[in-house]
Amino acid sequence: MKFSLTWLKDHLETTATVAEICDALNAIGLEVEGVEDPADKLAGFRIAHVLTAARHPDADKLQVLTVDTGDGDPLQVVCGAPNARAGMKGVLGLPGAVVPANGMVLRKSAIRGVESNGMMCSVRELEMGEDHDGIIELPDDAPVGTSFADYHGADPMIEVAVTPNRPDCMGVYGIARDLAAKGLGTLKPIAMPAFSAAGACPVAIRTDDPEGCPAFYGRVITGVRNGPSPDWLQARLKSAGQRPISLLVDLTNYLMLGFGRPAHVYDLAKLSGAVVARRAKDGEQVLALNEKTYTLDAAMTVIADESQVHDIAGIMGGEHSGVSETTTDVLLEIAYFDPARIGATGRKLGLSSDARTRFERGVDPEFLDDGLDLLTGLIVELAGGSPSDVVRAGSPPLAAKVIAFDPGLTLRLGGIAVAEDEQKRILESLGFAVSGDWQVTCPLRRNDIEGPADLVEEIVRIHGLDKVASVALPRIEGVARPTATPQQKLERGLRRAAAASGLNEAVTWSFLPEWAAEHFASDQALWVLANPISEDLKAMRPALLPGLLMAAKRNADRGAASSRLFEIGRRYFRSADGLSDEKPTLGIVLAGEKTPRGWQAGKAKPFDAYDAKALALELLEAAGAPVANLMVMGEAGAQFHPGQSATLRLGPKTVLARFGMVHPATLKAFDVDGPIAAVELFLDAIPAKKGAAFARPGFTPPALQAVTRDFAFLVPETLAAGDLVRAVQGADKAAITGVRVFDVFQGAGVPEGRKSLAIEVTLQPGEASFKDADLKAMAEKIVAAAAKLGGELRG
Amino acid sequence: MTDITIQTQAALAAIAAADSLDALEALRLDTLGKKGWVSLALKTLGGMSPDERTAAAPAIQSARAAIAEALDAKKAALETAELDARLARETVDLTLPAQAAPKGSVHPVSQVMDELAEIFADLGFAVATGPEIEDDWHNFTALNMDETHPARAMHDTFYFPDKTSEGREVLLRTHTSPVQIRSMLAQGAPIRIIAPGRVYRSDSDATHTPMFHQVEGLVIDKDIHLGHLKWTLETFFKAFFEREDIVLRLRPSYFPFTEPSVEVDVGYSNEGGRRVVGGHGDAPGHAWMEIGGSGMVNARVLEFVGLDPAEYQGFAFGLGIDRIAMLKYGMNDLRAFFDGDGRWLAHYGFSPFDQPTLSVGVGAKA
Repeated sequence: MKFSLTWLKDHLETTATVAEICDALNAIGLEVEGVEDPADKLAGFRIAHVLTAARHPDADKLQVLTVDTGDGDPLQVVCGAPNARAGMKGVLGLPGAVVPANGMVLRKSAIRGVESNGMMCSVRELEMGEDHDGIIELPDDAPVGTSFADYHGADPMIEVAVTPNRPDCMGVYGIARDLAAKGLGTLKPIAMPAFSAAGACPVAIRTDDPEGCPAFYGRVITGVRNGPSPDWLQARLKSAGQRPISLLVDLTNYLMLGFGRPAHVYDLAKLSGAVVARRAKDGEQVLALNEKTYTLDAAMTVIADESQVHDIAGIMGGEHSGVSETTTDVLLEIAYFDPARIGATGRKLGLSSDARTRFERGVDPEFLDDGLDLLTGLIVELAGGSPSDVVRAGSPPLAAKVIAFDPGLTLRLGGIAVAEDEQKRILESLGFAVSGDWQVTCPLRRNDIEGPADLVEEIVRIHGLDKVASVALPRIEGVARPTATPQQKLERGLRRAAAASGLNEAVTWSFLPEWAAEHFASDQALWVLANPISEDLKAMRPALLPGLLMAAKRNADRGAASSRLFEIGRRYFRSADGLSDEKPTLGIVLAGEKTPRGWQAGKAKPFDAYDAKALALELLEAAGAPVANLMVMGEAGAQFHPGQSATLRLGPKTVLARFGMVHPATLKAFDVDGPIAAVELFLDAIPAKKGAAFARPGFTPPALQAVTRDFAFLVPETLAAGDLVRAVQGADKAAITGVRVFDVFQGAGVPEGRKSLAIEVTLQPGEASFKDADLKAMAEKIVAAAAKLGGELRG
Repeated sequence: MTDITIQTQAALAAIAAADSLDALEALRLDTLGKKGWVSLALKTLGGMSPDERTAAAPAIQSARAAIAEALDAKKAALETAELDARLARETVDLTLPAQAAPKGSVHPVSQVMDELAEIFADLGFAVATGPEIEDDWHNFTALNMDETHPARAMHDTFYFPDKTSEGREVLLRTHTSPVQIRSMLAQGAPIRIIAPGRVYRSDSDATHTPMFHQVEGLVIDKDIHLGHLKWTLETFFKAFFEREDIVLRLRPSYFPFTEPSVEVDVGYSNEGGRRVVGGHGDAPGHAWMEIGGSGMVNARVLEFVGLDPAEYQGFAFGLGIDRIAMLKYGMNDLRAFFDGDGRWLAHYGFSPFDQPTLSVGVGAKA
């Protein structure tokens, strides 16, 4: 809502300054979004009387004036305007003033050797028009010394944000009422212009849709003269940001902006037969005043005559019956529409208007007759004409809400003690009626008031929210207890572990372009937005890698040599019942150079699948997963290099992670250069630690030193090293505490189709040291275990 | 001079002249070795009569001692020289660059979420989470915004074409308030939680992104009022910005889920083109900035979650995490939060060891 101070003062008797009014508006919940005070621009400009004018000694076109500024000695001012002359009154800018048109700061100066103490101003210099032929000439009675802003009547503009619960403040009068309650002045009664109505309304009015339009009041005025509005009306509408159109239109806008009451004026000549509020027919069309055609349906209320729809009820009038310069007879409509239906219709049509904003929030059901009379009176006063009697169809909902209020609630809920008589005063000043036993009757315009808490809000906001004192929350005794859940601990720990491993945490969009989501989709249907903000942010991500790949691409495009990115976030799936199943996930993308070229390292090295594996295991260990029991298996997904990717599983079905090199086809789809290594950890699959305690198990290092033995086996080249390691581990579970591959070799000396795997086996003696025979027996078991996999000991 | 003396002097001279450990070893074998002349001379003593032995022995003994001593000294000297030479050969150019380990970082949003958890844990708040793909009952209806409520339209909601089995609309949560609803349904009252997380609005301009982060707080108990809300927010901001001069201005406002509803402004000043939180907003050089919404939980919301408004009441508040992160750590572009630009992450990210704690301070200074 925008309005001028003058308009506010039409309704509020006040001596408060603009600053005081704005503070009060903020304090009572009408947030000031902007204030524009033209007087600020005109600070330092005042009315001056030119006493003498003489030719400048050194310039033909300049004059030297002495001017009376209302206080002190007259000032000498050099002026170039041809109309400057002794005896005239004009506007003088004093040193320090800023010329609005060009931002120049006026100074005491010498112009061609003559001292000048300011500037006599033109209309253009003060941004009041285009005229620059001479200086402003004021009437003889202009009071010398007065600030020009005050004289000119510069009118400050205030813009407030009205919250949707306050349709009663969607008119200047309602704002004045709230300010009066706050003590900023006295609310003036509405000035109702007198007129006399005669004769029955010649148009029949009906509501055939009492649900959508419970009340439809109207009246005809014949013999009006439409034309431009008077200055006072134009000024008010302009201050509200409305363009004046014609008197009849402007007056309905004035009623809406001044009193929160939308109305509609029809050109009677364009109507035929009874005017009826009814449901639209499916497919019925209307050309609205915004020159767009809307197709309606049977859920929408319209105002129509025998031939066509003339108004999308409560939202926008029709072009056909709109008033024009030639209109002479009009039908006024003041109706009450069901707020929910207006909202639904507006949303369905995608049509916003000032009327809809008010109707869907709820207009004052008690202001139909007064509103109609006010509009009628203003039309008759300004446009002439003869009004008929009012015709009323239906009636608005007039049952007032009564709330049993306990004034003690103000302290209990609002945290502030307000004297009971002050509580009563506040409520009454806002139009509530308070009985002796605190039965509070709400004004009908306040449809936002539902219960006692709302009354507390009214009392506190008017009394002053700033008076509410801070009160400490009761504290639990002792040191605060830990609050994090296991999942939260897991995520917080992993985040710092990943960062400590040299990865940078990114936060990428939860939604992806559909193709990118599709590329990483499982067999489940994706969550795809019905109303995305763009095609790039449309489908919920089924993996964290696409967002990170796109970030890595952006980094590469910016010339970054490498990206080591991770993100902890959700993947979005569907549960069995079709609802959201959001899985916490850690994604890693390693792109570009792992190490740059260097004098030690030689060429730059890219990341490989083992970098991904190392991170996966390191982070799983940090997450408390039993990494020693994990199996390296396949099926990382089609987005990975089939020969350079794997899953880490706890048992065949529980996949804790997937890692490896990104598939070249995926790199191509994401238009990013490879090789790129990637990891995803599925945090929901990591088993929770059971029975963890602070105390660790006792420290019992083995009494005897372990021995190591090396073996080299020729195995089929397709044999996974992990299979050999597992087989060897199983050869003597008690004694073998470690098996480590330290060489893999194919080439000279190794037959075609085979490879050499060299392993170091750690053997831990228990009670007694190993004897040669023990070691020999174990070696034989190890060789036998390898043999089962086709391995033969290398000579 | 006896032969032995001459031989000894010759040997000592040779030892002194030896230029390698090998040469020295040859000299040792020549003299003190099994077949060296000193050893052989010593052996002759056995065949002598006691008198002859008494006469001959001292010279041989002293020759042996002198040669042994000289050998030892020379060996030490040669070894030292050899080590020095080796060390000289092993000299490297330490102005050459060493290989640097990559430095990782924690995103500011995560860092601030950890800070929030730490501060609010001290006030007795647990951290609650919930789904981001929600239904309209949890996101709107239970928060006192029925289908026709104008405020629904103000939320710029992202919808999915799907419906739940109850026929509810499926959407991306527009705030973390549905987590409050779910928490109250699951835990009842009393309750103290914060709910941080991603939220979504169909809004994109210089200061809005369609995804952002929000934290909401909820306290429900028997005698919680607006004064507690004010204290909680003041206490939080003082701890978060680590300054005592935080001044809040509460303004009446409207949210369907609270009554009374309160908008929260914080006083700030402009220093070097940057907003610095602190001081009274009406003080010279200061102004107010909107920082969050709050209020007393609407009785209808309590009824929706099965709490008796006659018994329980409390407050809720909501703050933008990205926003307070920007205010604290000086970022000025929200969009950069979600770009994954390695340079930005290195610049604004945090060391993994900047774990917020109350004793060290929850904030990490640059």
